[in-house]
Amino acid sequence: MATSHDVSLVRGRSRILTRFGREVNWGDFVFRRTTALIAAFVIAALVAMAVAMVRASSESIATFGLGFVFSSVWDPVRDVYGALPFIFGTIASSLLALVFAVPISLGVAIFLSELAPTWLRGPVGFLVELLAAVPSVVYGLWGIFALAPWLRDTVEPLLAQVFGFLPLFQGAQHGFGMLAGGIILAIMITPTISSVSREVLRAVPSALREGALGLGATPWESVRVAVLPYARSGLVGATILGLGRALGETMAITMVIGNRAEISTSLFAPSYTMASVIANEFTEATGKLYLSALAEVGLLLFVVTVLLNVVARLLVWRVGRLPEGGRL
Amino acid sequence: MNPRPMSSKPTTKKASREGSASGEEASKARWDEVSVSTLVPKMRTEGLRAYFGQAEVLKGITLPIAEKQVTAVIGPSGCGKSTFVRCLNRMHEVVPGARATGQVLLDTQDIYHSEVDPVRVRRRVGMVFQKPNPFPTMSIRDNVLAGLRLNGERPDDPDAVVEKMLHRVALWDEVKDILGRAGTGLSGGQQQRLCIARSLALEPEVLLMDEPCSALDPIATARVEELIHELRKAYTIVIVTHNMQQAARVANFTAFFYLGKLIEHDRTDVIFTRPKEQRTEDYITGRFG
Amino acid sequence: MGSLFNQYTRRKLTDVLVRSACVAAAVVALVPLVSVLYYVTVRGIGGINLDFFTELPKPVGEAGGGMANAIVGTLKLVFLACVFGIPPGVLAGVYLAEFGHARFGKMVRFSADVMSGVPSITVGIFVYALVVLSTKQFSALAGGIALAILMLPTVTRTTEELLKLVPESLREAALGLGLPKWRATLRVMLRTAAPGIATGVMLAVARVAGETAPLLFTAFNNRFWSSGLNEPTASLPVNIYTYAVSPYEEWHRQAWAAALVLLLMVLLLNVSARLLVRSRVGAR
Repeated sequence: MATSHDVSLVRGRSRILTRFGREVNWGDFVFRRTTALIAAFVIAALVAMAVAMVRASSESIATFGLGFVFSSVWDPVRDVYGALPFIFGTIASSLLALVFAVPISLGVAIFLSELAPTWLRGPVGFLVELLAAVPSVVYGLWGIFALAPWLRDTVEPLLAQVFGFLPLFQGAQHGFGMLAGGIILAIMITPTISSVSREVLRAVPSALREGALGLGATPWESVRVAVLPYARSGLVGATILGLGRALGETMAITMVIGNRAEISTSLFAPSYTMASVIANEFTEATGKLYLSALAEVGLLLFVVTVLLNVVARLLVWRVGRLPEGGRL
Repeated sequence: MNPRPMSSKPTTKKASREGSASGEEASKARWDEVSVSTLVPKMRTEGLRAYFGQAEVLKGITLPIAEKQVTAVIGPSGCGKSTFVRCLNRMHEVVPGARATGQVLLDTQDIYHSEVDPVRVRRRVGMVFQKPNPFPTMSIRDNVLAGLRLNGERPDDPDAVVEKMLHRVALWDEVKDILGRAGTGLSGGQQQRLCIARSLALEPEVLLMDEPCSALDPIATARVEELIHELRKAYTIVIVTHNMQQAARVANFTAFFYLGKLIEHDRTDVIFTRPKEQRTEDYITGRFG
Repeated sequence: MGSLFNQYTRRKLTDVLVRSACVAAAVVALVPLVSVLYYVTVRGIGGINLDFFTELPKPVGEAGGGMANAIVGTLKLVFLACVFGIPPGVLAGVYLAEFGHARFGKMVRFSADVMSGVPSITVGIFVYALVVLSTKQFSALAGGIALAILMLPTVTRTTEELLKLVPESLREAALGLGLPKWRATLRVMLRTAAPGIATGVMLAVARVAGETAPLLFTAFNNRFWSSGLNEPTASLPVNIYTYAVSPYEEWHRQAWAAALVLLLMVLLLNVSARLLVRSRVGAR
């Protein structure tokens, strides 16, 4: 059947386009390729970051090898570096933060998603999110002039009096130290853990809750029996996300933790985290090995936080996808 | 519409291919002399097949669409009527995995030819959707002009265009003082007429309507049907409807689809009073669907 | 009968206890917020005067002086972060929403998510290696790039998610009017999603405005005005840090004032972002 094509329906679709894709006009072709290029840039940035960090740390890795992680000697004068005190400080302060933050965040999340009256949820939720809006350095400032003195004058003497037989609560009380660091980190990660937990709890199908309530359970029991088990992996994921944030936190903790590269069993003792040592010494570092050692500390931090982030997201994602019960 | 006795012409599905001169003659002819064999097609499909992935949803449709008449496409759910109409302006392939084969001729050009730009097809074949979809970020005035403006055209007198289009859809008196208000602030029926105005602003030759009244209340529906009656004088209209009474009210020709096939196509009065196929009769008497 | 009654009261009691514990948790969580706001306001007000906004820092030990350069510096850095971070972020988000269902899209999404969890100080090291070492100086440019990298994942995901929320019927309407796909996406879909995206971007800007760590070795600091983009630049957060850990009373006072200004900026952005959402919803 002979058909002519009037020029009005045909835009000169060049043969180049036919080869490359399904697009019929140049606009679509350019649009897709340009946005794809920019999206690729996101991947490139991440890869470049990883590569840059490895290259910057290469000298230190070559010199100290695995011993870097296990040695406590950090001596810029003799050019010998070991990151153990910082690794200890980072992990200890973050775990301590979790001890404080997880119960509180879970309590807030359960309060907001299950127990609070509707009119209260908006304002309280907003305020909790406001905790996340305060810049880290402002927390640090508050930590130096409000938190640390309060710890030094009130809390630590009390703890020493009551629990002083435990090595945790012995030693000089400066206010600045592991306890201050743990507390301030806890404050900063609470909004993260609680908001992700709220999302996780919200993803639980209400049929489960209602089922338990219909059987005569009290509100708390319905949460404990029906909601929490379903949401468990997601809540663990939320905690790990919080842990990741705590590990990477720099300013607030640098300002209150005392910055002394020691490993101690006391909560009152000053400590030093990986992020803090980089923040404090990077611009002062003379010598390539020194810089490289600091970069290696950064690399370790980078790798650990990325791994935790991935694990956390998998756990949270799983709760959102479980197909049982209601719609998602 | 009272059925009139039809002259005993053999009803073959072949349509004449004259140019516009005899098309005018045909539309001036008396209604009772018009039949599918003498209609002048504005568009026609030849062996049109449509697929969603591997599933064949239209199984070879050959159907002429009469110029400056209203053709209704009816059939039970899932028979392919929406798919058919969306093939007429190449909207079908917008869905990922959807494709169509065969020919669809607009006047004498196959719009499915590999060198044809679907974007240009849609300028000449406009579409109105089931759920009114005025652009929420634009005022009523901007909505009418949207088709022109978003394509980079600047009409010399935009206000005149807006007034003319809104008159054409009988909306002018209702909205002339609130042209600056958001398009979504109108009632459902008004929104749908606004969408029709928006499509008409591009001066298409064919207007496709995919169940345009199914989201509207009866009064709004009646107004849109009145509008279709008016628009027929200037545009070729294809309307998909699941409401047979609506087809009987507004359409000159009706095509009955069933399970992806065209079962019967004839004047509306013939379809509803003296259908030739058993399945057509079963459908219109409500035995299924 | 009696034991059943006891069991019921025990359960009721547990319920009440746990509920109170949750309420207590909420209160405990908010105490630091109240305390911080209180301290910053009370101690910060004292340091706010005209000098603070107009003067440069005085030499160490001298009283007076201000943070005019740091305020301007923060504005400069945030502006650069927006220039470098928003356009790529939005375009990447558009790609993900339109074409991102295949494997490449998943890789992009994964990278963006991972990047949002990277410690900000690590980003600082990266930009130091990339920009500062090659240009052999600290600069506002480097600082802006570091902040942009921090913003990029958030802007990308926000754009993607909001674009996906726009009903497909609008795209159909646009295509039905004879728009090519790219125009339909940019001028209809993106435009409809724009207010929501703006909200997300404002929140990202608020977060980035308060960042200190990545600036420590990119923009560094400056006691004087920095002209152009290629000089070390003072910023409010870095100044707060430097002054807070110093032994000078005068500097502590100014640190509180700076904290007040920074907090007000951040809170303003946060609140306006949320108001933007609420006004949009109200208009429907």
